[in-house]
Amino acid sequence: MVISKKPLHFIIATLVALLPLLSSANTNNTSSSSIETTSKEHANKSEGHDVENANLTEEQKADLDRKAYIKHHLMDSHDFTIFTYGKEGEKHFGFPLPVILYDNGLHFFSSSKFEHGESVAESNGSFYKINHHDGLVYRTDAEGNFTEDEKGHVTNVKPLDFSITKNIFMILIVGLMMFFLFRDLGKSYKQNGSVATGVGRFFEPIVLYIRDDIAIPNIGEKHYKKYMSFLLTIFFFIWFLNMFGLTPLGVNITGNLAITASLAVITYLITTFTAKKDYWGHIFWMPGVPVPMKFILAPIELLGTIIKPFSLMIRLYANMVAGHIVLMSLIALMYTFNSPIGSPLSFFLAFVLSLLEILVALLQAYIFTMLAALYFGAAVEEHHHDEAHH
Amino acid sequence: MEIPKIIGAGLVVIGAGIGIGKIGGSAMDAIARQPEATGKIQTAMLIAAALIEGIGFAALFAVN
Repeated sequence: MVISKKPLHFIIATLVALLPLLSSANTNNTSSSSIETTSKEHANKSEGHDVENANLTEEQKADLDRKAYIKHHLMDSHDFTIFTYGKEGEKHFGFPLPVILYDNGLHFFSSSKFEHGESVAESNGSFYKINHHDGLVYRTDAEGNFTEDEKGHVTNVKPLDFSITKNIFMILIVGLMMFFLFRDLGKSYKQNGSVATGVGRFFEPIVLYIRDDIAIPNIGEKHYKKYMSFLLTIFFFIWFLNMFGLTPLGVNITGNLAITASLAVITYLITTFTAKKDYWGHIFWMPGVPVPMKFILAPIELLGTIIKPFSLMIRLYANMVAGHIVLMSLIALMYTFNSPIGSPLSFFLAFVLSLLEILVALLQAYIFTMLAALYFGAAVEEHHHDEAHH
Repeated sequence: MEIPKIIGAGLVVIGAGIGIGKIGGSAMDAIARQPEATGKIQTAMLIAAALIEGIGFAALFAVN
């Protein structure tokens, strides 16, 4: 084994693995640690009805806290907070992001004005506040009061929000990273006599795999080239974003329905606008079946063209959200047990699940690319069974 | 209204689970018969499993 040749690494790895046992020493006397406090405050904020919670038992309250803690993690936010600490007057470690609103004119200010949702931001005579229930910005009065209808929906005016939120910030980072990474990979072929250098050596086989095992078998030798750029982009984009979702940055980008929806819409548009005559022929006038069947099949097939990208959207979103929820729930086990067993157990389970999530991150990127290639292949397929009907 | 929804979603998830289990089992049989075709079988298996998974998630969303 490689690891036995490096005893120092082995010892360090063992020590790191034993860390949660040390942390269990003080779980009993500090029943509300800092994360618990934070989550409690978030819970109170997001519920907003402390009176409503008054008649719940202690256990039910803790349950609500953990739910709010998980929900908060899954949401997008207007500032980039990596962690929060301190029981009274919590300190946020992170940086603010620009807020861009369109509400009878353009409003542009820093999200530090919101003070993590605590205060009302004033811009050109209008007042804005973040609602803790859904994390969206609403126009309020100077005190920052929200009006609600009887169902609990906020009835305040919602301005068009073009802000650079945490998710958009990370998308830009990943976009820049991909641009420089693959531009350097492309350049290194010219400079180094058709051999990739540096980090490109790791990505070159993946690019070749997508070409040889995803694009060519599904789309065909003749047409695959014009789809390669999209397939590569979407594979690395989803993969990198999934991997960033597993880091402690706490971003959940591919677990955001708007983002998977836009990826699916792009796939749908490409399929529709590059489709050949035979694709539409198979949708509206299915060859080789009796005429009454053709009328029944046409609407089903037409619906199918929309269901395909819709399932792409739901699959990626649901997989990533489910992964994040399970991981956060396992971390929250610490507070459920509140005993020396809880901490190592939660660490161990979260560690094993993280390993599984690395696999899922790659698998979901692969499946999205694979199915997109399959749909493109169906769109450009040549008519090859003439003998069956003519 | 809540309980029938949850039971229905549970049934759909059981069905999806059986489906994915059958796909995995059949793929195992196929790989055991023809180990040289492992790559192709795995690809087909993943696609079929992903399509069924979509139905399971759709049920979970209907309940939400």
